[in-house]
Amino acid sequence: MAPGPEAVGLSGIAKSFGAVQALRGVDLQVAAGECVAVVGHNGAGKSTLMNVLAGTVTPDAGTMRLAGQAAAFGSRDAGLRFVFQEGSLCPNLSIAENARVMHRDIGGLFWRKRCGAVMTEAVQAVFPGLALSPGRMVGDLPLGVRQAVEIARAFSHTGAPPRTTVLDEPTSSLDGHLAAALLAYIRRYVAQGGSAVFISHKLNEVLAVADRIVVMRDGAVVADAPAASLTRDSLVAAMGHATGHAARAARTTADGPAAVTIGAPATGGPALLARRGEVIGLGGLAGHGQTALLHRILAGDAAIRVEGATALVCGDRVADGVFPLWSIARNMTARALPTLRRGLLLDPAREASLAQDWRTRLGLVTPDVANPILSLSGGNQQKALFARALASDAQVILMDDPMRGVDVGTKRDVYDLIAGEAARGRTFLWYSTEFDELLQCDRVAVFRDGRVTGVLDAASVSEDAVLRLSFAEAAA
Amino acid sequence: MGSISLAGVLRAALPAVVFTLLLGSIFWYQPRTVSYFGVDLLLSLAVPVLLASMAQMLLMAIGDLDLSIGSFVSLVTCVSAVILPGRPVLGVLCLLGLVGLYGLVGALIAWRELPSVVVTLGLSFVWLGMAVILLPTPGGTAPAWLATAMHARPVLMPLSLWAAVGVAAVMQWAVMRSAVGTVVRGMGGNPRAVARSGWNLLALRSGVYAAAGALGVLSGLALVGTTTSGDANLAGRYTLLTIASVILGGGEFTGGRISPVGAVLGALTLALASSLLTFLHVPSDWQIGVQGLILIVILALRAGIEAVSARPATA
Repeated sequence: MAPGPEAVGLSGIAKSFGAVQALRGVDLQVAAGECVAVVGHNGAGKSTLMNVLAGTVTPDAGTMRLAGQAAAFGSRDAGLRFVFQEGSLCPNLSIAENARVMHRDIGGLFWRKRCGAVMTEAVQAVFPGLALSPGRMVGDLPLGVRQAVEIARAFSHTGAPPRTTVLDEPTSSLDGHLAAALLAYIRRYVAQGGSAVFISHKLNEVLAVADRIVVMRDGAVVADAPAASLTRDSLVAAMGHATGHAARAARTTADGPAAVTIGAPATGGPALLARRGEVIGLGGLAGHGQTALLHRILAGDAAIRVEGATALVCGDRVADGVFPLWSIARNMTARALPTLRRGLLLDPAREASLAQDWRTRLGLVTPDVANPILSLSGGNQQKALFARALASDAQVILMDDPMRGVDVGTKRDVYDLIAGEAARGRTFLWYSTEFDELLQCDRVAVFRDGRVTGVLDAASVSEDAVLRLSFAEAAA
Repeated sequence: MGSISLAGVLRAALPAVVFTLLLGSIFWYQPRTVSYFGVDLLLSLAVPVLLASMAQMLLMAIGDLDLSIGSFVSLVTCVSAVILPGRPVLGVLCLLGLVGLYGLVGALIAWRELPSVVVTLGLSFVWLGMAVILLPTPGGTAPAWLATAMHARPVLMPLSLWAAVGVAAVMQWAVMRSAVGTVVRGMGGNPRAVARSGWNLLALRSGVYAAAGALGVLSGLALVGTTTSGDANLAGRYTLLTIASVILGGGEFTGGRISPVGAVLGALTLALASSLLTFLHVPSDWQIGVQGLILIVILALRAGIEAVSARPATA
């Protein structure tokens, strides 16, 4: 493909936050008709770079060009759109109203109707088949659909499509179906002369969608090459991790004592039995009842029997995961407080040592666990949430797609941790939208429309088999 | 699944149901109130409360809270009773100045990222002090035109009901239907999202505060027109009463969830409740407690609606 004229250019961008050098002189050029992927593990500086582009972070040094013209940092350009990792929709507004917040030029008496039409058109273009009434409140939508709406809003237009679109972890909450639709749309968008910056930890998506891949490590660009010349292994190597990870070895837990028994009324299909030391995957398309089942286990349900205490690792860490005003240590020990008591009060020394212990075990990147939780990068916040569940006395750990937006290195650490804890007799129920994670499980229950359509054992788990069960009803 | 849930409908209908129930029980207990004059009497003090509730609602829409609205309305009554009759130009300038001050306070809160509760709590003493300096003891006289206007007898319905319908319609349009109102509510839901779309949060917040100040001034004018004299402590109870009205009407403290029609109904409900208690010869000391009780009952009903609708868990 012949690269067009430069759409966005950043040169020599440097930024430090206190003692941390987040960006060390980064150059990034994106041409019209090109999709550039930016990869790197959490804390590599990707998000800071995007915030520089968006104007929310002003760099210490460097220059920016938009459509070939020198531009001041923070200047707004209607042709430049962003999909931010943590969501930029107002939950108390409808889909159409959210469009109005962005499209300031839609005015007149019937703006609501026109905003609705613009959004319906955009959703249909990006995610064909996803039908959404524009009057629906965004806060009532499942997380994955909300992300789809946000992406569609970024591509929506009232005349000229956006020149450049920057997507930061756009598929983190999308199921495979919607993610594939987005990747296909990005290719069409680029073919029509748009340019895209795609940031993701999902390397197969990056390799599928990008023309060129930029690898960042420790605030600098360490590789910049056409996607065709790269492989998953070479990318992982450039990012600084050992390559490849096999599915976990099969274990012999076939006749251990039952930890969680989920009867047929609760699954709507075959009963599900999780024995002590087992890791059970909950697969299928996003939002098909996996999270609801985890919540029912937590809340207690007549059809579900649980031996021992349970703990939940949240997926939507902003909405129901972290306590944003608390320190890292407080966040980690929140679930374990009953075990940290001395008389009626908490024992601060034991609390601190528990936090220190899990900080070392998980390799949390922070100078001090007394720092606020929000000082951590997204992946490290997620690690802290794992620590909260694992530091407790819970024998059954429920995981609500906790690895969305987490880098490969952190994932591997957590996979090892789960395997280790399972070997010590803990039971995991793991909802995941990523197929690679289901390979870590002993058995996988696949959901469709709130029901379990089938249970696969480790030997028979394949992407094909999971997909077939995910669309079980559609096929029947 | 429809685009509007049953729980949402029930929740929106709750303020109207409570208002109707209360009005019905007053009519049943005291049939002579079923008349133009009776309703006028029942709701005689409702107009200033509902205007002040609209001011409170605007601030709650952006996630703030105004703890100074009561003393601000009192100050307006003092300005209107002392300055406005003799020196109308100066009086109008004073009132406009107060609106401007509100706008500046909003800008200050946005600029320094201050908690609105702390700033407005402090301001409440500033307003009170200004009012006491202006009018140390209750007195003054409302401008004649204002008293005439507030005691007007329009056709079909008493003034208070016309005012309620008009205020509800205007505010419903301005806050829920208009584009600017939508962006303002968006600011209450996710301020960062609004800022990222290029809106100036400082200007928006300042504008919302100025609009709230203007409604506060209107509330004070309506109050002084009804009572015909000013008092630095006249509207002290309004601060909590307005918050109660907004909450009664389906609003929430966070997240930009408000309902102008609901808040107007909430204000009318609280005004009716105090009239009913007067009929029942409940001492006025107890009235505020009973109003609190009504609030608790309604919040319990709302929580009940949500709990019931959440039970069939369909993700």
